[in-house]
Amino acid sequence: MPFKYFGKINFTPYTKVDKFSDYLQKGKLMGTQCKKCGERYFPPRADCLKCMDDTFEWIEYSGKGKLHSFTKIFAAPKGFEDIAPYILGIVNLEEGGRLISWIGDIPENEIEIDMKVKVVPRIFEEIPEIKLYYTIEKP
Amino acid sequence: MKVGIIGIGHGKFGNRSDATVQELAFEPFKEAIEDANNLRREDIEALIVGSVPEYHMQRSLPGVVAEYVGMNPKSTWLTEAACASGSAAIRTAYMAIKSGLHDIVAVIGVQKMRELSTEEILALMGRVGDVQWESIFGTTFPGYYALYANRHMYEFGTTKEQMALVAVKNHFYGAMNPYAFFQKEVTKERVLSSEDVASPVNVFDCCANADGAACVIMTNEKLAKKFNDTPIWFEGLGAASAQMSLLRRPNLVEIPSAVEAAKQAYAQARIKPSNIQVADVHDCFTIAEIMAYENLGFCPRGKGGKFIEEKQSYIGGKTPVNVDGGLKAKGHPVGATGVSMTTEIVKQLKGDAGKRQIPGAEIGLTHNVGGIGQYTFVHILRR
Ligand SMILES: [Zn+2]
Repeated sequence: MPFKYFGKINFTPYTKVDKFSDYLQKGKLMGTQCKKCGERYFPPRADCLKCMDDTFEWIEYSGKGKLHSFTKIFAAPKGFEDIAPYILGIVNLEEGGRLISWIGDIPENEIEIDMKVKVVPRIFEEIPEIKLYYTIEKP
Repeated sequence: MKVGIIGIGHGKFGNRSDATVQELAFEPFKEAIEDANNLRREDIEALIVGSVPEYHMQRSLPGVVAEYVGMNPKSTWLTEAACASGSAAIRTAYMAIKSGLHDIVAVIGVQKMRELSTEEILALMGRVGDVQWESIFGTTFPGYYALYANRHMYEFGTTKEQMALVAVKNHFYGAMNPYAFFQKEVTKERVLSSEDVASPVNVFDCCANADGAACVIMTNEKLAKKFNDTPIWFEGLGAASAQMSLLRRPNLVEIPSAVEAAKQAYAQARIKPSNIQVADVHDCFTIAEIMAYENLGFCPRGKGGKFIEEKQSYIGGKTPVNVDGGLKAKGHPVGATGVSMTTEIVKQLKGDAGKRQIPGAEIGLTHNVGGIGQYTFVHILRR
């Protein structure tokens, strides 16, 4: 599964961590771990920020975390007008690292900073080309 | 040897569909040469242009600007650090003079943001964050600052009303600045009732894209007095970077590059935040000005909302901030902004700011942030 299928619009079809989208299609949220020093990364990195080693392995993340902040986007950029307004959240993952994504099944009036959430892998069903993403849901 | 400013110029900011980029650049360049005493264009040894190239139809901007303003065959080049490109150019000029490579250097910050169609600008803006992991979810520039704002509100109790008060102040002073895009006051109610952009950020919490140019001419201590009776000196310069991605930042309630750049600038100038008598800070959004008060040490972390509420950033308060109207009222031609800030501080320190003058100001500061905090430049100037 090429990395170009990750995101509603993908700007970087090539990356050293392109297996991320393979795993995501299989319902797995994966980060990387440096083989030399053990540092973990989400979003995944091929090259270790800490020790500069370039060998890594994939590790699965539970998706569990806390909502760090959120915003409702009314003025959307090109390619996202059709889904606006939409709510974006930042999640601090339990295993470390952060991600940004859309809030899924949580009603707007129940969204609270620091609430417990779960990040769930998804596939855009309304787009014929395979498009992978993840959403922020109730745990 | 110290480095100082001997001439400044500032063009009208706003919708400048009457002029090309190089024509915009000419206006403050001419004014800055005339502002200095007996400076001839031939005396200037290099021209550094601060600009973000993606916005222009014309590629390789310094080439066309240098030709149009008549600087050939002197050397010219571009510096880019997103919205902080202008201050990056000034830092580069400082290095060139300090090293002895050039004695007199002109810096032009220039940007024409209205050459592209709205669709093209929106597409560009959509890619301001990390395109691999963030932009694919439709993040936006105001959206990023909205994420800061919500977290700041949660941790410190900052309110939308306090954010609105920043806009009220900056429009109050912008109304007295003939170069500003919007020379009109606004009420708190008007800001709060303006359209939603990215909650809690409304349209009136955002600065406007604008066209415009500003210029400063710099030289060393030996030559400065020859061209200006009161040169304004660079006393401290700080510059730092922070993660492109918000996902790798230590927290979302401060701009770490601003904290670091400020620390460097205060240390070099051997002064404390409380010594700053006037500041121009990067208020691309109202929450950005509130964070700037804190990151620059004008007030403790978390107290930025109170600072504006108590009018401490008005003339007469603890530290007057953006009394030229800031990005909010002046408009934000990205490459020109840092240079524009510098011209305002020079005016204030020379006592030339007219109705907006802070009586007796001798030490001033500029704080220019690029992108969503990836770059910050802090400069301390002294009479
Ligand atoms: Zn490592």
